[in-house]
Amino acid sequence: MFGNDSQNADLATDVNEEAMVRGRSLLRDARGRFVQNKAAMGSLILLSLIALFTIFGPFFAQFSNEEIDWARMGDILHQGRPSVDTGHYFGLDYLGRDLYSRVIQATTISLLVGLIGAAMALVVGTLYGTIAGFVGGRTDSIMMRIVDILMAIPSTLVIILLLVVAGRSFVMLFVALGLVSWLTMARIVRGQTLALKNREFIEAARAAGVSEIVIMFRHILPNLMGVVIVYASLLVPDMILAESFISFLGLGISEPYTSLGSLIAEGAGTMGYGTLWQLLFPLSIFIAIIITMFFIGDGLRDALDPKDR
Amino acid sequence: MLSYIIKRIFIAIPTVFILIVASWALMKLAPGGPFSSERPIPPQILANLEARYGMDQPEWKQLWDYFYNIVVHFDFGPSFKYKDRDVNDIIAQGFPISMTYGALSFVVAVGVGVCLGIAAAINHNSWLDYFAVSLGIAAQALPNFVMAPILIFVFTLKLDWLPGGWYGGQWQYLIMPVIALSTSFMGSISRITRSSMLETLNSNFVRTAQAKGLPTRTIIWRHAMKPAMLPVLSYLGPVFVAVLTGSVFVDMYFSTGGLGQAYVGSALQRDYSVLLGVTILYGVLTISVNLLTDLAYAWFDPKIRY
Repeated sequence: MFGNDSQNADLATDVNEEAMVRGRSLLRDARGRFVQNKAAMGSLILLSLIALFTIFGPFFAQFSNEEIDWARMGDILHQGRPSVDTGHYFGLDYLGRDLYSRVIQATTISLLVGLIGAAMALVVGTLYGTIAGFVGGRTDSIMMRIVDILMAIPSTLVIILLLVVAGRSFVMLFVALGLVSWLTMARIVRGQTLALKNREFIEAARAAGVSEIVIMFRHILPNLMGVVIVYASLLVPDMILAESFISFLGLGISEPYTSLGSLIAEGAGTMGYGTLWQLLFPLSIFIAIIITMFFIGDGLRDALDPKDR
Repeated sequence: MLSYIIKRIFIAIPTVFILIVASWALMKLAPGGPFSSERPIPPQILANLEARYGMDQPEWKQLWDYFYNIVVHFDFGPSFKYKDRDVNDIIAQGFPISMTYGALSFVVAVGVGVCLGIAAAINHNSWLDYFAVSLGIAAQALPNFVMAPILIFVFTLKLDWLPGGWYGGQWQYLIMPVIALSTSFMGSISRITRSSMLETLNSNFVRTAQAKGLPTRTIIWRHAMKPAMLPVLSYLGPVFVAVLTGSVFVDMYFSTGGLGQAYVGSALQRDYSVLLGVTILYGVLTISVNLLTDLAYAWFDPKIRY
């Protein structure tokens, strides 16, 4: 009656021979849901293209990011236009430097800032929150009071203060961003840990004689991963925005290095002279990164959040 | 309730204290004093200068003086770069301007955002809803420093409708900075309002109200409004901070003469006392607004126990 088509026949053999069927794990389910989400997948592809552009783009560049094209710098409006013939694919910036190389360099910095800032928040915030939530009691209230206090301080101003006081450099920028980004993460993780630590499987582990530290790392941390990844992915655009804001004010990364924020600032400053490409290229890449990151974060939340199933 | 208020205030006071001490310590740790320049200053002059600004005292005495002057006299000390001005003058000059922009943007962002969110939730899946959702997404990618150049390009350079900078006291000067400052928050507020309103409108007590035959307007304003506004209320604190920070940018970009210009200028010139004063002022403002939103939240939400 049935079993005529090959699929059913295969299934029958599988069942008869008791073949191992791969189980459905949480992560596999989540990946399936993420792949189904068109907006998130499209954003992921676009973001990968931007990342590939920062890696392979330099091979096609004809000029470095600090070289001034003296021949054309006198008349940037006409001779500095984006063109394939001159080798300046994105045109020249206001000083006669190749915008293509500068945009690549700036995009790299902005992506790095986002990733490293989020990664620092992930590591510090998760550890802090897990310890506070798991140990509980007086330790918990003191640790969380510290977070409350730090959260009440306007973070961008603190970053600016740190950059001015300690000097502007890559390392300082990452430290300053990392310093302010872990607070919310710590709060979220602590809440999750509190909910987890009274569950039966923790009790079972404790009854079986597993030590507290192993419980924390083997049983609590893996269960936090979903929430942590979602929040970290939403933090990436925030970090990029904060860095761009500071760079726009001229307090971020210093020359010859640049970031999308300072390129947008330069472009915005010169658009009155008609050199619009100096604004449009960095701006469109910036907007693309921010929007794709938000969609990816939303997609991850839909995929990993067990509440919305 | 009273004990809750007292508890919150007891958290806020040490926060202010730590903010002042930490920022002051940061300034002390900075390499190079305020008087170090390219040309070395003769040691006697340096000693005189330091005595003039009280910097020959022991560190704890300096911190105490600074702290005492702020708390008792509301005096942030002299500027290190401008000999004839102190930090209070700079704040008094710039702060009202920055506050005008900040308060207007805050009101616009909250007012329009909440209205748009509610309208979108009531007309779920209509064109208004889609408009609100797409504005919410677009606003995320259009922070103030992206909005401002675009606005200037369109309205000042191309159409020549609005002045591109300075603060002239007329309303035309306010339009573009306020739009630039409020758009991204408007987007996120409307998104939060919409989702929490949708959730409330689908809850049981709203269905009961509908079953009783109450008119839609009464249901929304009398029953759904209060629970739906709670998530928005808890978001107002962060929005206020962001508007404050954003006003630094708006002051810079539109050259309004506000406090933000003084802040960035002093950051670039390493005029630490101005930097410190403005940071502390904004920090205290932030802490007070957070305190207020916490109290409002406790008053609004009957589920919170003290």
